[in-house]
Amino acid sequence: MTDPLALDPVLPPRERSALPFNDAALDHDERYRHFAEHVTGGGKVEATDWMPDEYRTQVLRFVEMHANSELMGVLPEREWIMRAPTLRRKLALTAKVQDEVGHAQLLYRVAEDLGKPREAMIQDLLDGKTKFHNVFHYPTKSWADIGIIAWLVDAAAIVAQQALRDSSYAPYARTMKKICWEESVHIMHGRDVVVTMATGTPAQRAAIQEALDRWWGPLMQMHGPRSDRAKDRDIHWRIKAKTSEELRQEFLGIYVPRIRELGLTLPDAPLALDPATGVWAYDEPDWNELRTVVTNHGPMSQERLDFRRANWAATQWVRDAILGSPRAAVA
Amino acid sequence: MTESTGGAPATPGVLEPWEVFRREKDGDPMRHGGSVMAPDATLALHYAREMFSRRQESVHLWVVRRGDIHDLADLDLLQPPLDRSFKKPGGYVMRDKLAAAREQSGQAKPKANKGTR
Repeated sequence: MTDPLALDPVLPPRERSALPFNDAALDHDERYRHFAEHVTGGGKVEATDWMPDEYRTQVLRFVEMHANSELMGVLPEREWIMRAPTLRRKLALTAKVQDEVGHAQLLYRVAEDLGKPREAMIQDLLDGKTKFHNVFHYPTKSWADIGIIAWLVDAAAIVAQQALRDSSYAPYARTMKKICWEESVHIMHGRDVVVTMATGTPAQRAAIQEALDRWWGPLMQMHGPRSDRAKDRDIHWRIKAKTSEELRQEFLGIYVPRIRELGLTLPDAPLALDPATGVWAYDEPDWNELRTVVTNHGPMSQERLDFRRANWAATQWVRDAILGSPRAAVA
Repeated sequence: MTESTGGAPATPGVLEPWEVFRREKDGDPMRHGGSVMAPDATLALHYAREMFSRRQESVHLWVVRRGDIHDLADLDLLQPPLDRSFKKPGGYVMRDKLAAAREQSGQAKPKANKGTR
């Protein structure tokens, strides 16, 4: 029973949503302690909140790499827009490429609020100082590659991205909700391409199997080598929730049955689910290949970066026009 | 496309963050969608349309220069540290008093109906 006149003078501080690390009167160590307690306890961080340098740097590095991958990831697919087999496929592929560039824009927006200007991020990407995902360093040799990329590369990515919708960095988490919604359409488009070819002529079937054989290695490398959860700072700060091995297992659990139901085979002899443990065994991915490729020594790394450099130079006039002062131009 | 008439004019040649609000369908409230960088309202709206209605997922967009937003996050004002339960339905727990009233009047407990109070 509550007597309206019997006001409890003060509620305990925990019942208010005050974020003590934003209190500039506290010293750094105290703020750090409050911040760590907040974040490791599942709290969210906004761009305007105080944050330790380590957290800011980790989130920035993570989001910048993601943005770079979206921007570079359209290049393998873009090569097939003019060669799409039907008008509908061409429209879908064009829309996908447009979406991925849009994702890069959204993610660079999140990253630049953390203190690194967009121009600097693009420059570092073009100079090879920052990285993009391994799968975008490979050539696309046939239309079947477009199906495999849109279905399985996007599926492997979405497994990771869905876990990021709970990221402690709230602007990133919100952006990931929007991106995941759009990516789900890409997966449907890709799966439709693969299923169509898998049920098509013998030549189409052979093409899709050949593409799958070629992409399987990079797909298995995509999430990265196993890592120690306890040492992973991205997990400590709840920037991401799952380790690379957890993501790979999740990907295998969902997609291996869907690949096999099409009568396609995987070039991975030991690949099997242990029913007792629920863990997939697989051929150890080639981690040397991963390291070689992501340091821009992949088969298409330099060609793709050259294309971006040429494109960056060719569109300088657009950025100048946007930033140019109209009054100054008249005078 | 309309341009904002309020606020200070944008500084030419300076990119600024513009907050984007979007209405998903008629009758919905405007909700914050995200932000874009632009030198003026016209370009901010172009970017907003590209980022937040490329899939026809909005029927109405607003862009507001971040610097034009007035913000209040003072918890002493928003979450005053006093018991305000008398302002909430949950602050009125009558179960025991009602049981006593029924006992006093000799009436049975009414069957649950759609009314809540």
